[in-house]
Amino acid sequence: MSAQFLQLLFSGITVGATYALAALGFTLIYNASNVINFAQGEFIMLGGMLTVFFIHTGLPMPLAVALAIVLPAGVGILIEKLAIQPAKGAEVVALIIITIGASLLIRGLAQVFFGKGSFGLEPFSSHAPIDIGGAVLLPQSLWVLAVTALVVVMLWLFFSRTVMGKAIRATSCNPLAAQLVGIDVHWVLLLSYALSAALGAIGGILLTPLTMTSYDVGIMLGLKGFVAAVVGGLGSGLGAVLGGLLVGIIEAMSAGYLSSAYKDAVPFVLIFIILFFLPRGLMGAKATERV
Amino acid sequence: MKRLAMPLLALILLLLPLVLPNMYYYDLVIRMTINAVIVLGLNLLIGFAGQISLGHAGFFGIGAYASAVLPTHFGWHPVAALLAGAVATALLAALVAKPIFRLHGHYLAMATLGLGIIIAIVIRNETGYTGGPDGMAVPPLAIFGHEISGEREWYWVFAANLLLSVWFCRNLMDSPFGRALRALHGSEVAAQVVGVDLARYKMAIFVFSAFFASIMGSLTAHYVGFITPNVADFFHSIELVTMVVVGGMASVFGSVVGAVLLTALPQALAAFDGWETVAFGAILMLFMIFLPRGLVPTLAARFGRGE
Amino acid sequence: MALLEVKGLSKAFGGVLAVQDVGFAVEAGLVYSVIGPNGAGKTTLFNLITGIYQPTGGEISLDGCSIVGQPPHRLAGMGVARTFQNLQICMNMSARENVMVGAHLSLDRNLVKAMIRWPTLRRSDNALSDRAGELMCYVGLDSYLASPASAMPYGALKRLEIARALAARPKLLFLDEPAAGLNPKETAEIDALIRRIADQGVTVVLVEHDMKMVMNISDRILVLDYGKKLAEGSAAEVRANPAVVAAYLGAHHA
Repeated sequence: MSAQFLQLLFSGITVGATYALAALGFTLIYNASNVINFAQGEFIMLGGMLTVFFIHTGLPMPLAVALAIVLPAGVGILIEKLAIQPAKGAEVVALIIITIGASLLIRGLAQVFFGKGSFGLEPFSSHAPIDIGGAVLLPQSLWVLAVTALVVVMLWLFFSRTVMGKAIRATSCNPLAAQLVGIDVHWVLLLSYALSAALGAIGGILLTPLTMTSYDVGIMLGLKGFVAAVVGGLGSGLGAVLGGLLVGIIEAMSAGYLSSAYKDAVPFVLIFIILFFLPRGLMGAKATERV
Repeated sequence: MKRLAMPLLALILLLLPLVLPNMYYYDLVIRMTINAVIVLGLNLLIGFAGQISLGHAGFFGIGAYASAVLPTHFGWHPVAALLAGAVATALLAALVAKPIFRLHGHYLAMATLGLGIIIAIVIRNETGYTGGPDGMAVPPLAIFGHEISGEREWYWVFAANLLLSVWFCRNLMDSPFGRALRALHGSEVAAQVVGVDLARYKMAIFVFSAFFASIMGSLTAHYVGFITPNVADFFHSIELVTMVVVGGMASVFGSVVGAVLLTALPQALAAFDGWETVAFGAILMLFMIFLPRGLVPTLAARFGRGE
Repeated sequence: MALLEVKGLSKAFGGVLAVQDVGFAVEAGLVYSVIGPNGAGKTTLFNLITGIYQPTGGEISLDGCSIVGQPPHRLAGMGVARTFQNLQICMNMSARENVMVGAHLSLDRNLVKAMIRWPTLRRSDNALSDRAGELMCYVGLDSYLASPASAMPYGALKRLEIARALAARPKLLFLDEPAAGLNPKETAEIDALIRRIADQGVTVVLVEHDMKMVMNISDRILVLDYGKKLAEGSAAEVRANPAVVAAYLGAHHA
């Protein structure tokens, strides 16, 4: 394996991990409410920007990070409560437009309050790169991978072992039946939005030391997260993780071997290929619509 | 009301030059008419057929850059360039739409968004032809030896264009083709069992709407004389969708009203950097939640029988 | 040769066999009813024949030609029309337009001609608008000629679906519970309407719960139970069939 290939693989997996978190966010909300939340990317932006902001105000790193996860989760809850809930029963197009509106609102406010500049963060630990087979691995990449893995495992435990997690799964299967057995469906929706926003924010915080952040990074990261979710099969958790890694790796490889200028176009070309040949994604379920 | 709307629009367009004080206002009105025509095309797709495109600025961009690049670098006649751009846009739209219309709304939204972004990236990166982020000059448009120039001349071109487009759209919606489109929006199953080939109709209106946008891109490029990749940006696509939503889904005159209001809005907000995005976001959400049918249909319903 | 012939038709949803090896034939010009307890697979059978679902196995032929795998919009072109148990009305259109869309395939659907108000297209569309009005009167919707569909009550919408189906001038008409949710007076009116439609030479296949209505108007009846064919015959034959009685009253009563 050449050093260049290894290098690209490292950076692909690192970015892919954040796509995976975003894709999980999409999947959570999609499963709970059949809505694709176009504002998902803004949570990633908020995570990074808020951490930068709180550290600037002098808060210690752990507190800044905690706030940068909790606040976006609050924003997620607000979106559900103020925008999605009142439009209940609207058609798909209307819901898409609402979440796009939310996305613009968040982005615009970020621009007004934080300005148009780019911001960076210090890596969480040592700067010293690790040499593996001639390729360089930054310690921050390890942070990204470790935290993502931890989050995925915790999510899995949450959904398979806790009553709350099972309630969310029941609601996504059949909201009416869930309600009948006593699950507070609205509460489940709120929780899904909060969780999904927190996931995005975590991704943003992890990525910022590597790539910098600014008020407008949300769209691109969010879109790539969505591509990852579709590649994995919309609605599948495992698919979202695999899709995220795959999109990250393919993007990094094409940036390295084909053209770095067209790096951002790669995920979208990928989505067309997937939709042409594998419309249900890697892990998507087959469903018959009932009339 | 319905019968009077067309003559009323014609009258307004005819009399406007008498009250426009200077070229700044001419330019503003021209931009309104340009947006109105693109929004009409987009409303056929979103409002009437119930499908969505978040990449319409991309189609607009293809038209604009076809009219800039082909005459400048390859010596094409501007009219040939305009047509080539429109046909290329239609083909691209057809190619992309084919697999997507078998799937549900979310996929179309994302795919069109992605397509728009790819187009913008190509325009930004092919610096040799497009001048990259700095933009490029567009040669003037000459028809039958006459070069269209100045706001006054262009005003009549765009005013006539708007009137014609409104007429086209109204005819279309009140025809078997338009009825089939509205039917598949109302109930896909019902439309299917009466013989509407869903994929074909969705595709036809998507391609048609993209074609419309491309032609407007070309004309706009000639009018402005200089274009940058911003014309193909995601934000421009969203502006267009907002105009549809505000004016009124499935309303021909709603499209015009939405375009007029939201073209004026950024002028009003120009002093507040950044608030423009906030305003568009808030408008989109508030309208979809509280006034989902948009201004014109809501008002029409309130003041007696409208559209 | 029968107009519609179904052989060994099956449909599985996951592990559930909703329709299992069902076969029957419908002669032209008859009123043919499909009955059975809730969940017997009647609507699934309709959805299979009209192309909404793809069968897992079996054969369906119309006028001797196989129609399995044909999408609904093709079947419409072959003279198949239907209504739905849970209404499928385009609420974004007027009542009259809903009927007009039923005649979709008989019209000039050209986009360019439509845009420029091509005279022949306008004329045929105006004629269709008149015919849609007549059809609405025919099914008893005289008072809704200028209504938007969204302003009509449930019973009227049921009739509107029938008018839309008739607008296509079908040779085979599927009605899925046309009397469901209607009061006895309305049911009697629908009953008479179906008879009139059949008398005009349209073959009607009907799913219905109202036994009185079924026994009244059906030339032949197919009984389904748990997705399987239980019996078939004239009203008198079906009524006398012990298996049918058992299925309706519950096996332990029989």
